[in-house]
Amino acid sequence: MKKTKTISRRTFLASPYIVWVIGFTVIPLGLIFKYALTSREGGFSLENISAIFDPIHMKAMLFSLEIAIGCTLLCILLSYPLVMALKHLNMGKQSFVMFIWILPMWMNFILRILAWQMILSNNGILNFILTKLGLEALPLANTGTAVMIGVVYDYLPYMVLPIFNAVAEIDEDIIEAAKDLGANGFTVFRRIIFPLSIPGLLSGIVMVFVPSMTSFVISDILGGGKLQLIGNVIEQEFTKSSNWNLGSGLSVSLMIFVLLSMAFTMKNDGEGKGSAIW
Amino acid sequence: MVEKLKNILSRFYIGVVILFLYAPILVLVMLSFNNSRSRVTWGGFTLDWYRKLFSNGQIMEALVTTLILAFASALFATVIGVLGALGIHAMRQKNYQVMMIFTNIPLLNADIVTGIALMLWFVHFIPLGFGSVLLAHMTFNIPYVILSVMPKIRQMNLSLYEAARDLGANAVYAFFKVMLPQLASGILSGFFMAFTMSMDDFVITYFTKGAGVNTLSTMIYGEIRKGIKPEMYSLSTIIFVFALLILLIGNYLPGKRQVNEQSDIDF
Repeated sequence: MKKTKTISRRTFLASPYIVWVIGFTVIPLGLIFKYALTSREGGFSLENISAIFDPIHMKAMLFSLEIAIGCTLLCILLSYPLVMALKHLNMGKQSFVMFIWILPMWMNFILRILAWQMILSNNGILNFILTKLGLEALPLANTGTAVMIGVVYDYLPYMVLPIFNAVAEIDEDIIEAAKDLGANGFTVFRRIIFPLSIPGLLSGIVMVFVPSMTSFVISDILGGGKLQLIGNVIEQEFTKSSNWNLGSGLSVSLMIFVLLSMAFTMKNDGEGKGSAIW
Repeated sequence: MVEKLKNILSRFYIGVVILFLYAPILVLVMLSFNNSRSRVTWGGFTLDWYRKLFSNGQIMEALVTTLILAFASALFATVIGVLGALGIHAMRQKNYQVMMIFTNIPLLNADIVTGIALMLWFVHFIPLGFGSVLLAHMTFNIPYVILSVMPKIRQMNLSLYEAARDLGANAVYAFFKVMLPQLASGILSGFFMAFTMSMDDFVITYFTKGAGVNTLSTMIYGEIRKGIKPEMYSLSTIIFVFALLILLIGNYLPGKRQVNEQSDIDF
């Protein structure tokens, strides 16, 4: 009796946070909807929302989708062998691994992307090494491939860490038991490790898909300003064209799209995101 | 034999990924010692950029702004977040779920949407500047704190707190003496996560800062077209080495982890 009483009294501690959520999450989101549903002259209109179907915007949207899906798949394909390799070398639980992945985040990310520009540019470091080796230089500068390398580089840690953590928590005995019963390495991966890593994989997908779809700095630098993601289009509506209504409309379309595509991945993963990394 | 091959392959693959991760960092560190303003030619080794860094008022100002912002937003977010998590944890199932959904919004939303939404709201009541950026950073930092503290609260042994109260401790004393130590590791990682996210943020700062205020990120972004000042490379090298040292000390200082595990024991 007494316990329930003290517990229910404890909810008042959340009041500053509730005020914060209303003041800085709910109201701003409401406002972006209001701008999105208002025409530049002030009346109600849906034209800012439907503007996403304009050929230019649609092109940017499709390119964003291509980058986001490609980036997510590449990150998954790179992460699993890595996690398995770390496990194989018995580095499954070492904080050293976390360390390796978190450290680069302390170098400013725009500078790191600029460094990639120097590596990938036509007379850059990669082509210098390639020609020294007698190979042909790769014209990667300002291409979709360069943008893809940039987003994979930037978001790979967000895929590796949750999968790594999920795999590290698997009970070693289960794997031993499977091996004793005659399962080979691949079967162990397919029937045990992969299924048990799915919560990590899902938070990884959420953490990689959304930012890689909406980033505008990476495509700005590595795409040479010619390749536009939907993020670049929205940014320009606010900074260059000062059409806040259209910018808000495109943001709302983007948000709806992202929420729809995330709805199914988030079903089992209510609060994995932040806690999965650390 | 197969085992050996597997070992070599594993090592090789890990090595390649680490090279991929650290190649740009190596480039930036080299540029900080490059005796040439150009990004493409190597003009010999120099420490000039490190010397000039400390007399570059603009960069120093941006650095101070970035650090104060990261520290203040992480600190305020930790206070609001820890209290919020304790309160939410005590809520009934339905309210709990609603609050957790709202907590996930800033994390799931694209940064650009969060930044724009906050900017649209801020222009109604405060001038865009340091204050608005601080509010924005707190907004995206609080969820990180809540999400790292919540698992610890769930594991927490409430009877210990009840016992302390029964034995005559007042609520505040019992909170600091009994509850807080059980949550310490979660609070600490929440704080550091918030600090890191604030240091690393560009997009939300970019939309909420207005003219006049610059963090390191927005300053670098503004310099992309005209060329990055080499002092910036030396500053980021210093920050990188500093983070390396802190992480090394944090990882290899023994003790902290064992203490936590002990406090998780249920009676």
